[in-house]
Amino acid sequence: MTPTETSTTDAGTTLAGPKPGSAVLSEAEVARIRTDFPALDQAVNGHPLAYLDSAATAQRPWAVLDAERRFLETVNAAVHRGAHTLAALSTEEFEAARETVAHFIGSKPDEIVWTSNATDALNLVASGIANASRGRGAPESERLALKPGDEILITEAEHHANLIPWQELAAATGAVLRWIPVRDDGTFTAQDAASAMSDKVRILAFAHVSNVTGFVAPVAELVELARAAGAITVLDACQSAPHRHLDVATLGVDFAAFSGHKMLGPTGIGVLYGRSELLEALPPVRTGGSMITTVTMEKTEFLAPPQRFEAGTQPVSQAVALAEAIRYLDSVGLERIEAHEHRLARALVDGLSGIPGIRIVGPASGEQRAGLVSFDVEGVHAHDVGQFLDAQGIAVRVGHHCAQPLHRRLGLTATTRASTYLYTTDADVERLLDSVAGVRSYFGAAS
Amino acid sequence: MIGETAGAASDPLAGLYQQVILDHAKRRSGDHELKSADAEHYERNPTCGDEITVQLVLSPDGAVVDELAWHGAGCSISMASASVLSELAEGKSVAEVRSMIDSFRELMRSRGTLEPDEDVLGDAVAFQGVSKFVMRVKCAMLSWVAAEACLAQVA
Repeated sequence: MTPTETSTTDAGTTLAGPKPGSAVLSEAEVARIRTDFPALDQAVNGHPLAYLDSAATAQRPWAVLDAERRFLETVNAAVHRGAHTLAALSTEEFEAARETVAHFIGSKPDEIVWTSNATDALNLVASGIANASRGRGAPESERLALKPGDEILITEAEHHANLIPWQELAAATGAVLRWIPVRDDGTFTAQDAASAMSDKVRILAFAHVSNVTGFVAPVAELVELARAAGAITVLDACQSAPHRHLDVATLGVDFAAFSGHKMLGPTGIGVLYGRSELLEALPPVRTGGSMITTVTMEKTEFLAPPQRFEAGTQPVSQAVALAEAIRYLDSVGLERIEAHEHRLARALVDGLSGIPGIRIVGPASGEQRAGLVSFDVEGVHAHDVGQFLDAQGIAVRVGHHCAQPLHRRLGLTATTRASTYLYTTDADVERLLDSVAGVRSYFGAAS
Repeated sequence: MIGETAGAASDPLAGLYQQVILDHAKRRSGDHELKSADAEHYERNPTCGDEITVQLVLSPDGAVVDELAWHGAGCSISMASASVLSELAEGKSVAEVRSMIDSFRELMRSRGTLEPDEDVLGDAVAFQGVSKFVMRVKCAMLSWVAAEACLAQVA
């Protein structure tokens, strides 16, 4: 982005960096926080663990582990069925967890659908629209139906989870999948998006924060473009919901998806947010128990959202634990977590920029980026980089990060990604930088 | 360099990145594309994106591997493994190469428990350490699996 565009977007609330005045977490606070995370307190290959892979999966604090265990030890029972005391308590906790998530992102509780993860949530939207397109659902489902020639617009930087479901939806309906091309650094501007927009676009789906580049999408501008074209917006919030205050009402998106395990919660649980009237219009995808009103041998009447989308036994203890994770994040403060990661990302970018043979992908130094940095080490494959770092107890992600088209566009097959969270220390970052500085000579790639 | 510390207990990578492997990863044998070949197979490791195409040229009677060429992109383990394979396969009979691939697979699946036979595997014994790094076994196997598929084409 040019400086002008940066200042324009910074005027909006969704794109600005950490709010001025939000105190960055102090070293002492981070040290205190780390004592809540048992998995961080271990040696790997003879070195203290430096966990820099939270963008893949975050570690969980005792509070979350304890909440799940406490639920399983004292309450555990089926929800929304049965009349016994534990069943009632279980249902109460399950629905209270939904309210916690709703409050966390500024939605109504019945706009929150439990899924197994963000991938599942995005598939639910795409498959639901496919069902609407073949005439399933209620009369109001017609508004979601796609027909041949309609367009689905995404970006070239998407995680496969926000690409392949749309490929499948296009194949199922005859709609055309198009994308906003990214620039050489993997980013795009609101202007790039406007150029790719057309009045045939019915769905605009994009990542809030790129899991590869850390680029923060200009959400307000994208939503405005979509609205002007009469398209719905689908936000992949996997890399934003855990790290920054997310308010769906302010953002104005129609759907949003995120995963529990990236935000201190359990695996096996994810969230789909859908604006009420759209969830109401979305036909069910998975069918079976717990999502019906009347079933005959010939046909079925479905429950209203969110139960319509929650067939079968739900991840109840995971939902309860996710709510605890949200309380934990709230207790620290998302603004402060974001500010902490912002500072660490700057240290990563500045430090890596000073190492010969390192190419950082994504926004340039000084421009806004989330707390993760992917980079290429000239002459050394990312898997070798990851192995070298692992031998020193440093955990990073290597590979294409489920974004092959983006890597292809960047002229790379794989990168190494270091990602931060509230428990990441300056020492973690320094160890990574020290270690990366030695990679090329180890593999004989330094000239 | 790992070579100076190979075998040192202080370096957990020493068993993985033997000097032979690092050398082959840099100075690769057989790393070129042939205009024509008797068999060709493309293999890809979807988890890391490593890819390789192996090409075979057999003797006129089809009994001997005259040339094993390959091209691709990947980590040092997969590239070095292809280089070693190329050197070992050339001049061996098809039957010998088959048997060598079987031995290499057995070694790679051994999780470090097997003592490899240098008479059969030559430089490929250096990959014994890779078998302890379960995540990297597929890297080492990539070109060998492709070569096996080539042999199946000409069988």
